[in-house]
Amino acid sequence: MSGFKTVTKGIIKENPVFRLVLGTCPTLAVTTSAENAIGMGAAVTLVLMGSNAVISLLRKVIPDKVRIPAYITIISGFVTIVQMLLKAYLPAIDKQLGIFIPLIVVNCIILARAEMFANKNNPVMSILDGVGMGIGFTLALLVMGSFREILGNGTWFGMNVTGGVFEPAIIMILPPGGFLAFGFILAAINKFSAVKIEHKGCESCPMPCGASNNGEEAQM
Amino acid sequence: MELFYIVMEALSRLGSLMTITISALLVKNFVLSQFLGICPFLGVSKKLSTATGMGFAVTFVMTIASLVTRLLYNRLLVTYGLEYLQTILFILVIAALVQLVEIILKKFVPPLYRALGIYLPLITTNCAVLGVALLNVDVGYDVLESTVYGFAAGLGFTLALVLFAGVREKLEYSNIPESFKGLPIALISAAFVSLAFFGFQGLLGI
Repeated sequence: MSGFKTVTKGIIKENPVFRLVLGTCPTLAVTTSAENAIGMGAAVTLVLMGSNAVISLLRKVIPDKVRIPAYITIISGFVTIVQMLLKAYLPAIDKQLGIFIPLIVVNCIILARAEMFANKNNPVMSILDGVGMGIGFTLALLVMGSFREILGNGTWFGMNVTGGVFEPAIIMILPPGGFLAFGFILAAINKFSAVKIEHKGCESCPMPCGASNNGEEAQM
Repeated sequence: MELFYIVMEALSRLGSLMTITISALLVKNFVLSQFLGICPFLGVSKKLSTATGMGFAVTFVMTIASLVTRLLYNRLLVTYGLEYLQTILFILVIAALVQLVEIILKKFVPPLYRALGIYLPLITTNCAVLGVALLNVDVGYDVLESTVYGFAAGLGFTLALVLFAGVREKLEYSNIPESFKGLPIALISAAFVSLAFFGFQGLLGI
């Protein structure tokens, strides 16, 4: 697979949020505005690139039996770095995202990419995969965030866009609106695309979400 | 007189613990208003029996995890000024704890293990468990409050899961437009369950 394809497949064909339905918690929780969505997406992209690179470099060193704890440690190392950077340079975003920054550790997308891609491919490809998946995740969050911010608050990135055509329905930026928006967006994607979304959710994947598709035993 | 003060203090303590419990259970329900643990909420809520099993397994682990992570944070990280390592420490402690709970249950309480066993490996990456550990530190609960919060949040998770499983069992028999089948309709029904819980906002002035 070429490098370009590795990047682009994460954006549409294997979009982690809309296609693989991974990382639902941050998708619903931090998308109350488009700005938060970008912040979260960027943080996840950074972690994904870092962890994919290191895991790929160490893929021959880490014994198979303890790979999941090793991956989790590597991932939480990168999460801590990103958290400290955000605290230092973008405290406002850090406050908005709150505990969802440290919770990137248990975001299925990252562990799934480690299992499905980084431990089988070289570092360059793994970083590209991280970039693609990260952009796909960011775009998905942006779609959700824009949808909710425009309908719920009448603004987009803080700018007034509705021009008073309709009264914003505040419910969209409250918790129930998150479920509602995600449900309708997934239904729209179902409607307009040939392939149906399969929820490979967490029931099928004890530890690494999605990884159990390989038929591997995914036990800690 | 002194006894009076002790009793009063115990009562006020109990009162604050009650507030924490009700807040975690209803007002700030982990799944429906804080979006923690959505994966198992959508994944394991197709049948009432599995939802109950998963719920109790999570409650069990969350209570112990809250206690242990809070103790370790106070005794280890604060003492040595290593607070920035909390994410790494918490996730490793939770992963080890889940394993330990599994082994102990298997050995000493086989009936409970048979009931909860299959759900235990799923719990490590449940963000509700790491979430409760992080929130305890964020909010600044002490050890007892953290444990109670962990337990109550777990019960809140169970409540949401069981209620939603009930809704979903009904969905099985309804006539749903093709593109809404499966996950989309589940999310939209979750929105209504969440809306119902939104009514608790302002209860007890939380």
